[in-house]
Amino acid sequence: MVSAISLQSAVAVAGRFPVLAGVDLNLDEGTVCAVLGANGAGKTSLLRLLAGLTALERGAGSVLGADLTKNTSGLRANVGFMGHGVGLYEELLPRENLAFMIKAARLDPSGIPDALDRVGIRGRVAATPVGQLSAGQQRRVVLALLVARRPRLWLLDEPHASLDAQARDLVGSVLEEAAAGGATVVATSHEPDIVIPLADVVVTMAGGVVTERYAGGRMGSSDVS
Amino acid sequence: MFRDAALVAGRDLRIELRSRVVLWQVLPFSVLALLLFAFAFGPSQARLVQSAPGLFWLALLFSTVLFAQRSRALEGSPATREAARLLGLDPAGVFLGKTVALFLELVVLEVLLVVGLLLLFHVVVVSWLVLIAACLLAALGLASASVLYGALSGEARIRSTLLPVLLLPILAPVLIAGVRSFQAAIKDGAGLSGRWLGVLAVFSLVYTGLGIALYGPLEEN
Repeated sequence: MVSAISLQSAVAVAGRFPVLAGVDLNLDEGTVCAVLGANGAGKTSLLRLLAGLTALERGAGSVLGADLTKNTSGLRANVGFMGHGVGLYEELLPRENLAFMIKAARLDPSGIPDALDRVGIRGRVAATPVGQLSAGQQRRVVLALLVARRPRLWLLDEPHASLDAQARDLVGSVLEEAAAGGATVVATSHEPDIVIPLADVVVTMAGGVVTERYAGGRMGSSDVS
Repeated sequence: MFRDAALVAGRDLRIELRSRVVLWQVLPFSVLALLLFAFAFGPSQARLVQSAPGLFWLALLFSTVLFAQRSRALEGSPATREAARLLGLDPAGVFLGKTVALFLELVVLEVLLVVGLLLLFHVVVVSWLVLIAACLLAALGLASASVLYGALSGEARIRSTLLPVLLLPILAPVLIAGVRSFQAAIKDGAGLSGRWLGVLAVFSLVYTGLGIALYGPLEEN
């Protein structure tokens, strides 16, 4: 199996505060990893490090073959990120947001209508500026962007937040499709009952380090680390 | 770089056309400023004609600060800016795209202000070529400096007060060269327009070059 993520004693700081205090994590490509932990455990910081948005202060790390101690700008094009914030232009329609981001990533925009339809953004909702949509609808648009971009690495920060039951099922099926297509998925969550069944690997974080690792409930998973 | 510039310029202009903040807030402010200047200088035609170039450029510079803040605000929330960083856009292309969008908006403003100049200040233009050249060169310099200093000015909560303090002193050469160019272009004006148009051209080139080189590192930090 090809390594997608390899972190050894990874340390990252925010100002002078160590948000990651020596993380060890190894994931193969195509793995779905759930990251659990209390507020302030370092879950979001881990995702930002993996996306190349936060610098690796000490330790070693590589993501999709890119060395995190060097310039990570080349890594970003292979990463899809769903953070706490919406990350969309409020005045633009869902289709216009996706069109800008897909073209910026130098991808084919012809898949945008299917991606929006896949996440249930249709009709009147699709013709409404993103800023006027509900929080759940906005997160569906972000999910559509990931579906359209098909990145090699999916990083999702509490993807089920603000979503109703139907939308939560949708997230699960989209993540399953992504993993089946060979993408690596790392998702943080405060809802273990929802996310563990979707995952091959579950890690728990506390104090900026990984404290526990065990197999998830995804069919066919057999994490032996 | 140019492909990304076209994409970003299109995005900024589409957002602006959809929100109409420039149309309903910034442009009216600019015209209002010129109108108030005209009232302040009284009905004396001679005084109005003499002061017209300076007041035009003052109205333009103060309006540029509003345009600069609006241009920066178009980048969206911190989450949106991070999402854009993950797209792999060339920072120089982003800078150029925002500069082009802001340049076009400033040209529209300059047209309005020139019309105001003709109607309120009773200015007679002798050389339209000099006037148009001054406006276009200045718009490019103002746009590039505004986008660059917008990136330098930081987050929204301090940008509203910090950006004017940073930007206005930098724009002083545009004010001086613009006024001199306009004086050469209108009746009863004087001066060698070529030298001052050269100052505007150099200013534009310098800040466009600085922006291409520095926008990326400023955004990363």
